[in-house]
Amino acid sequence: MTHLRTSGASAGQAPRTSGASAGQAYDFRRLAVVDVARHYGRRKALSQVAFTCEAGEIVGLLGPNGAGKSTLLNILATLLTASRGRVEYGDRTAAQGGGEVRARIGMLGHDLFLYPELTARENLIFFAKLYGLPDARAAADAALERAGLADRGDDIVSGFSRGMRQRVALERALLHDPRLVLLDEPFTGLDQASTAALVARLQERREAGCILVIATHDLDVADGLLSRAIYLKNGRVVGTDTDSRGLSERYRIAIQ
Amino acid sequence: MGSFFRVAWHVMRKDLTVEVRSKEVLLTTLFFAVSVVLVFSFAIVREGRAPDDVAAGILWVAVSFSGTLAMGRTFERERYNDTLRALLLAPTDRPAIYTGKLLGLLILLALVEMVLVPLVGLLFTAPILAYPGRLAALLALGTLGFAAVGTLFAAMLVRVRSRDTLLPVLLYPVTIPVMIAGVRGTAALFQAVPDEAMAQFWIGLLVFWDAIFVTLALWTFEPVMTE
Repeated sequence: MTHLRTSGASAGQAPRTSGASAGQAYDFRRLAVVDVARHYGRRKALSQVAFTCEAGEIVGLLGPNGAGKSTLLNILATLLTASRGRVEYGDRTAAQGGGEVRARIGMLGHDLFLYPELTARENLIFFAKLYGLPDARAAADAALERAGLADRGDDIVSGFSRGMRQRVALERALLHDPRLVLLDEPFTGLDQASTAALVARLQERREAGCILVIATHDLDVADGLLSRAIYLKNGRVVGTDTDSRGLSERYRIAIQ
Repeated sequence: MGSFFRVAWHVMRKDLTVEVRSKEVLLTTLFFAVSVVLVFSFAIVREGRAPDDVAAGILWVAVSFSGTLAMGRTFERERYNDTLRALLLAPTDRPAIYTGKLLGLLILLALVEMVLVPLVGLLFTAPILAYPGRLAALLALGTLGFAAVGTLFAAMLVRVRSRDTLLPVLLYPVTIPVMIAGVRGTAALFQAVPDEAMAQFWIGLLVFWDAIFVTLALWTFEPVMTE
């Protein structure tokens, strides 16, 4: 598997783009997963996983339940540490970059990461402040506009449909203009219109130069969206694919 | 350092806003604390008179039991929608998140104590107004030490299935020094002839334990929360 060169701008560093959190200057254009393994006691969740992603790519992590997709996303998000190997964000690892690396990562989890007792606007303002955005209210208003929920911003999130919550959650993850966007089963429970809106937003982020990593079972939606598919089974990479069309058939062959 | 307190403030404010909307932790904690005091009063008070020196113990039992309930719930809330992961992913000093959670909990417990103290004074004829400043200092410092350890343990246990059972099992032995100082200091103020010097001694000891517990909690929060 690919092992990357990691110094200087050519190794994936880039100047900051826009909408960044105050005081955070680090950016990268390449993500490298280098022989990552993760064990829970004696159980191996991931073994020797290695791949790279470049800015402007949507990479799919595909595999059956228990394949290690969520574990890998959590490692990429710096929420889990690898038992072996490392993840490089440009020329830094999570341990070297700390808050500066985290400031460039946005994550949409399966559980959406929203407080149901707060309004959509309050949720967005809270996270904008946590990321140190200079004008949290303006950032929240813009995010609500993008989510198509400007008129529902003062409603509490627990009253929203799954699709509306998903839109707020996605904008929460993108509030700080992250370079790396991680999405865990983002299409689950969405109707066709919401799925189409989500796909359009992800494609817009790809064109803006983000690295998007999506763990999904929804091959019909992923078909045509992904720049590359990485097939995982029992914690190992069992195949990669650069043509995302006809994904279901190739997924079946790779996972068998 | 400004960023640290700014984040702590936002986390505390968010916790209190959520609590104002749901009233879940405050009402359950208050109900439990009042129930504890009432049960003790039914069992101990005879013809309007309580035995000497029990009021301080009952007050601290109610504070510690209800505090444990509140601690568990504040982090349970972060688990429901996995918001704890979103907090940990933010590019902030992680101890600032701990500090915000601790401050939110302290405010909730202070509200509970504002009801508990007069109730104990009424039911157990404790002289709560004799030395209000020292009593407030004992309660504030004792609650801080107890909550500092409890908030850390609650965060540690948030992903553990048996967290509700494990929290008191871990918390009470570690916070024994704080509980002893709180009970003994309060008893010194509540006794027939209040002993101000003794209360002051226990207040000093509480400051010592608080400094140790808060420092250790701030120091260990980041490694504890990194899996």
